Amino acid sequence: MTQANPAPAARKPAGRASYELDDRLKAYQGVWVFIEHEQGHVHPVSWELLGEGRTLADTLGVTLSGVVMGAPGLPTRRFCEEALFHGADNCYLIADSVLASYRNAPFTLGLTHLVNHYQPEILLLGATTQGRDLAGSVATTLETGLTADCTELSIDMDNRGLAATRPTFGGSLLCTIVTRNYRPQMATVRPRVMAMPARDPSRSGHIIEFPLDMVEDEIVTKVLEYLPDQTQGKPQLPFADIIVAGGRGLKKPENFQLVWNLARVLGAEVGATRPVVQANWVDSERQVGQSGKTVRPKLYIAAGISGAIQHRVGMEGADVIIAINNDPDAAIFEFAHYGIVGNAMTILPALTETFRQQIALARKAG
Amino acid sequence: MHIVVCVKQVPDSAQIRVHPVTNTIMRQGVPAIVNPYDLFSLEAALQLKDRHGGRVTVISMGPPQAEAALKKCIAYGADEAILVTDRAFAGADTLATSFALASAIRQIEKDLRVDLVFTGKQTIDGDTAQVGPGIARRLGMQLLTYVSQIDTLDLDAGNIRVRRRAEGGVQLLETRLPCLITMLEGTSDMRFATMENMFRAARYQTRIWDKDAAGIEDTGKIGLKGSPTLVSKVFAPKPLSRRADIIDTESHEPRDLALTLVGKLFTQHPELRDSLAQQDA
Ligand SMILES: Cc1cc2nc3c(=O)[nH]c(=O)nc-3n(C[C@H](O)[C@H](O)[C@H](O)COP(=O)(O)OP(=O)(O)OC[C@H]3O[C@@H](n4cnc5c(N)ncnc54)[C@H](O)[C@@H]3O)c2cc1C
Ligand SMILES: Cc1cc2nc3c(=O)[nH]c(=O)nc-3n(C[C@H](O)[C@H](O)[C@H](O)COP(=O)(O)OP(=O)(O)OC[C@H]3O[C@@H](n4cnc5c(N)ncnc54)[C@H](O)[C@@H]3O)c2cc1C
Repeated sequence: MTQANPAPAARKPAGRASYELDDRLKAYQGVWVFIEHEQGHVHPVSWELLGEGRTLADTLGVTLSGVVMGAPGLPTRRFCEEALFHGADNCYLIADSVLASYRNAPFTLGLTHLVNHYQPEILLLGATTQGRDLAGSVATTLETGLTADCTELSIDMDNRGLAATRPTFGGSLLCTIVTRNYRPQMATVRPRVMAMPARDPSRSGHIIEFPLDMVEDEIVTKVLEYLPDQTQGKPQLPFADIIVAGGRGLKKPENFQLVWNLARVLGAEVGATRPVVQANWVDSERQVGQSGKTVRPKLYIAAGISGAIQHRVGMEGADVIIAINNDPDAAIFEFAHYGIVGNAMTILPALTETFRQQIALARKAG
Repeated sequence: MHIVVCVKQVPDSAQIRVHPVTNTIMRQGVPAIVNPYDLFSLEAALQLKDRHGGRVTVISMGPPQAEAALKKCIAYGADEAILVTDRAFAGADTLATSFALASAIRQIEKDLRVDLVFTGKQTIDGDTAQVGPGIARRLGMQLLTYVSQIDTLDLDAGNIRVRRRAEGGVQLLETRLPCLITMLEGTSDMRFATMENMFRAARYQTRIWDKDAAGIEDTGKIGLKGSPTLVSKVFAPKPLSRRADIIDTESHEPRDLALTLVGKLFTQHPELRDSLAQQDA
């Protein structure tokens, strides 16, 4: 069973006090981002990771590479080019028909071989159903460290190590995790935590092809069918430009209509805190926070929301936050940009009307 | 049929408090529970047993107190329980945890062949979702994560069909046994413990294995020594230095407040005004 696995990555016995890497580990260089795609679409988290990876690679003075695995043909080649446009210096490509739909075994084998061959020092994946499935398998095969669901990545220049920060204990605390005597250092990052980098179609670089040592007969798990989700009518919070969110301070489910009204005028999505979702005022797809969606809108309006840390971690990446709360000491005022201290039930309708008028004026002027 | 379900005892996170001054976790008095996600997997295993017969063995790695979590599983209807406990496991990250659990499962196999292993999707404390894939890899088993439904299990043919949640859709997968499954949350409600099983749990003698009983020879692969990752610091989220610009007007009237706010917003963020103006009316 285990003999079939590729050789583990080089490592030094743990527990050494010295942070100086031995030469074998020093050979691991460069930052890699696994480019995840399904049904012909790259998951945006991959581009977000390239943006973050660019910063890490520049700090280290090394190359940033994308890794694309999939069926041979135009789309996968295009994904490689897109990786370059989003900041990669080059892109590795494993194109094989057995990689047509994501499956654990062939993707694990391909990525493991690629890592052992080219030896990157950092490998980043999205914390998605695909990324977590793959990352856990690859890290175990390589016998290296993997930090889950990071919200912040940085380089400790003393030892060129990756410092990966992630929320813990329900988001009440953060912890920073390092992988000392093992390479590559692996981490997964949740979608929408990192900013989307600008796309620059003038960028170019090499696409490096690598073979997959596996044929269909060797793969035990078969994909019988793929049933795409019915996305029509489903809220798409993570990618909304504007979100109006309501919390328990709205008191009654009927009052939540005030949030919907403002959202309609702004062309916004509607978000909510966990208690509101648990009370069934809105669909659970709309929950923002630690155990809900992470969002990065241009504008986030929070009405009757206290600003608990579990909510904050899901929305503090918004460009502009407006808070409406009747308690001047509410935590949300500590990180909102604008605040109104007052009753949401009267402020929301006034805000809806004012936005309606001001947008109409701006339209005329423009 | 023999199913092994991995369960972890975790602190009830809804009741965890962080000390406001020292930023340490106040564990005292926080009840320990079976990781809620593991119950979806245990329930799926028990349903397979209801339909096909066989044995469900639950296994946990943890301190001696973790036996309580295993007894709970016996009360729900599991047949056997094994607690893998040893000081040498302390400080394990997911790589070391999957090593120890995989090794223990190999020992269980010596007694009765294992057809299926279940783990939870993730825990509510470590919350990495990495241990399931790690065990599958180490045992050379097929891995089926985020399963929302088990469609068919054919023990004679030795194969199973499941629905797996993927990004943007659902995969219908078929694979051969043995395999490792992690169930998605909300797939079914945990059954109630029957009186009979509760009595059984109270009397039940959990098997306690140390590292030797779990078949572990290489202590370099367990505990702190076998863990590539290291928690270098734990800290409270930075209070952001900014405080909201609190909008106020002489009248305190909602209309005036709203007008002042929107005016400020549009002046200081003209890009927002422009994109709103460009939206379809
Ligand atoms: C493990 C874990 C995960 C969690 N995950 C999430 C998550 O993903 N998302 C999430 O949101 N929460 C999450 N929570 C819950 C979180 O801790 C908070 O309980 C929750 O965010 C509070 O919601 P709220 O702000 O709506 O309610 P409250 O905290 O009750 O706040 C209501 C606010 O409304 C204000 N208010 C009252 N009346 C009015 C009025 N008339 N006008 C204006 N304001 C008024 C009050 O001053 C108060 O600030 C999680 C908790 C745990 C333990
Ligand atoms: C704050 C904090 C952050 C951490 N971050 C990381 C990290 O980024 N990377 C890392 O490698 N380790 C990390 N660890 C260590 C990790 O939590 C432990 O290794 C833990 O034993 C297993 O990981 P988990 O709780 O994340 O389990 P998960 O991988 O989320 O668990 C999945 C499933 O595996 C099974 N399982 C897990 N643990 C056990 C067990 N002890 N006994 C039986 N079944 C089990 C359960 O069925 C569970 O549902 C962290 C620990 C802490 C306290």
